[in-house]
Amino acid sequence: MSLAIRGGRVIDAANNTDATLDILVEDGRIAAVGPDAGKGAGETIDAGGLIVCPGFVDIHTHLREPGFEHKETIESGTQAAARGGFTTVCAMPNTEPPIDSAAGVEFIQRRAAENGLVRVLPIACVTRRREGRELAELAELAKAGAVAFSDDGSPVADAALMRRALEYAAMAGAPIIDHCEDPALAGGVMHEGWVSTRLGLRGVPAAAEETMVARNIALAAETGSHVHLAHLSTAGSVDLIRQAKARGLPVTAEVTPHHLALTHEAVLTGSGESPSGLAYDTNAKVNPPLRTAADAAACVAGLLDGTIDCIATDHAPHAIQDKLCEFDVAAFGISGLETALGLALTVLDIETAIERLTIAPVRTLALDARLPGLGTLTAGAPADVTLIDPAAEWTVDPSLFASKGKNTPLAGKTLRGRVTATVYGGKAVWRG
Amino acid sequence: MTTEPTTQTTPAIPAGAKWTRRHLLDVDELSPDEIELLMQTTDAMKEVLSRDVPRVPALRGRTIVTLFYEASTRTRASFELAGKALGADVINVAASGSSVEKGESLIDTVRTLQAVGADALIMRHGSSGAPYLVARHVQSSVINAGDGWHAHPTQALLDLYTMRAHLGDPSAGSGQALRGRKVVIVGDIAHSRVARSNIWALTTMGAEVTVCAPPTLLPAGMRPGQPRSEEPLAMPPVRVETDLDIAIQGADVVMALRLQKERMSHGLLPSTREYATLYQLTERRVAAAATGALVMHPGPMNEGVEIAPAVASSLQSVIEEQVTNGVAVRMAVLYLICRSRA
Repeated sequence: MSLAIRGGRVIDAANNTDATLDILVEDGRIAAVGPDAGKGAGETIDAGGLIVCPGFVDIHTHLREPGFEHKETIESGTQAAARGGFTTVCAMPNTEPPIDSAAGVEFIQRRAAENGLVRVLPIACVTRRREGRELAELAELAKAGAVAFSDDGSPVADAALMRRALEYAAMAGAPIIDHCEDPALAGGVMHEGWVSTRLGLRGVPAAAEETMVARNIALAAETGSHVHLAHLSTAGSVDLIRQAKARGLPVTAEVTPHHLALTHEAVLTGSGESPSGLAYDTNAKVNPPLRTAADAAACVAGLLDGTIDCIATDHAPHAIQDKLCEFDVAAFGISGLETALGLALTVLDIETAIERLTIAPVRTLALDARLPGLGTLTAGAPADVTLIDPAAEWTVDPSLFASKGKNTPLAGKTLRGRVTATVYGGKAVWRG
Repeated sequence: MTTEPTTQTTPAIPAGAKWTRRHLLDVDELSPDEIELLMQTTDAMKEVLSRDVPRVPALRGRTIVTLFYEASTRTRASFELAGKALGADVINVAASGSSVEKGESLIDTVRTLQAVGADALIMRHGSSGAPYLVARHVQSSVINAGDGWHAHPTQALLDLYTMRAHLGDPSAGSGQALRGRKVVIVGDIAHSRVARSNIWALTTMGAEVTVCAPPTLLPAGMRPGQPRSEEPLAMPPVRVETDLDIAIQGADVVMALRLQKERMSHGLLPSTREYATLYQLTERRVAAAATGALVMHPGPMNEGVEIAPAVASSLQSVIEEQVTNGVAVRMAVLYLICRSRA
């Protein structure tokens, strides 16, 4: 069974490819990329006028299953991924129960095999039950298929435990992803700044993130182990990581599209419905919080100069009632898979966005060690391909999301750049 | 023979003035003209309250619900008196704890109250912004009686009314009534809805506001050494001074805020004792203010902490007058809002 994607502008950063080419897929793998490579294939997708690139890889996705199936399931979350152009998502383990055992990892793998529309790679907890007290069985988790360890949603607050986790995880062969937030400095519901002052909301200072980023850099230097810093949000964090990389330390980092493109004013002014008074938009409540324009600009600059390695969505779907409530009690998180590309393109050029959504996240977590060719269109790689109409303008309508999480601060906003088809393992899993 | 005042059935409201707002969520949205209308309407309500039978049937047949998620004695009683003085039916709903703890969502609760026919919902809630959420989901008018650290518009309006009565220039144009008057607000600015709403009300009416507190009780953007935000949607600019002895010099009004006990346990202050030493309104300090300066406090007071008993009961204190004016201001708010509903 062969499939050809013909006549598109193929952008494959890993192979320095940017040309109008055909892609031929056979038996779920990339068979050839070249002019007229797709001639005579059994099935053809016409990609004329479109960009064709490797399927996006999200190293930070909350699929909520098991335990919070009313917010998202592996089925609905991977449908959302396919619509957003993602063919691989790494599932965060802050489920109920948390994924802290080999059985948990196997559960995710089995559910993904049964119901998943795209590839799901499990991330497992650093500590038992995510309680931050004792290490989970990291070696066994890695052997079962966990691609990284994280207590995401919380940091590993205890520095001594984090040090041991880094040392041990290096032996297990997977990095630790830390949610950088000093619990004592945090406790707020939005960025601490002029908007929190105006709204009378408890703020989270930039220092809550930066002190933990600095700690993790010190521990990476101490242990020589790879630490990956999740969803950065402040200019100070970017500076710290820039210095750490200049020292050659094994530190990597990601940033979300919303931290690149949105600011804390989104809480004040909201979106969608007509603004009567102040919005207190719970759909813009996210952790870490949306920060200032200067912070967002620093994150963009960091992503452009390589300080920040890649984009990750931190897709955090929630049910309606989790957000239709007082701002203080509303859940943190943005449903991000289906708007990731469009939002990223408000601040990045298409070539950069694609690189930071494909090969960059693969290299960040060394996923290609397990899945050779992932994030590329190299012959033999998994036939994961995303087709993009870079000029298409579309209005975000959360009611049309495949995700159960309709929680986005972008409702009613017009974005440019849309995923028109997603091919996973040689099969079209989304045609827009 | 003069007209018997108790037979008048309507307050003497200024003619030609228009009120179109369905809700009162904060003072920040009010224009100087709207505030002036509220002040003049309050004058009329004060007249009603001075009658032998301090009642008018202006809101007869209207249903007003007070929905308080936080304990309150004076604000709720004040609203209840105001509603009854205008002839409305007043229903008090005490909701303890947060809506989440109760198991029913805030939206469900207020929809129920709307279904029983509430024209106005007077709401106090511990979470900033809760009345805004409610206002988006009900047809009833929503009057904010205090939300979290955010706003307490009727308190600010009664404070403004009290200042205007003593210091206002009646010949001044709209938004000029307190032009050039120096108002110092001392205390926990960071966590105070009274301070926020007063900053909006006072700057709208032309006063010069100084906030005075230790840096730990000042919000982001008002702490010493922090850059002031130039954003058009930020709080209006105020003078910030951590030294009360400097702040109070030449002040026309000094307003002390209540110090909450939990500020100590959260490490924001070393002790009540040190706070009182640095920030208590004492006779000595008040003497450095302008001659005849007003002393104000939104209540309830911790006498001996933020204010010395002698100052609280001094001739310069208008603290009891604030309470009295509170009823009249709330009558004005209820009257204007309920009458603007078709």
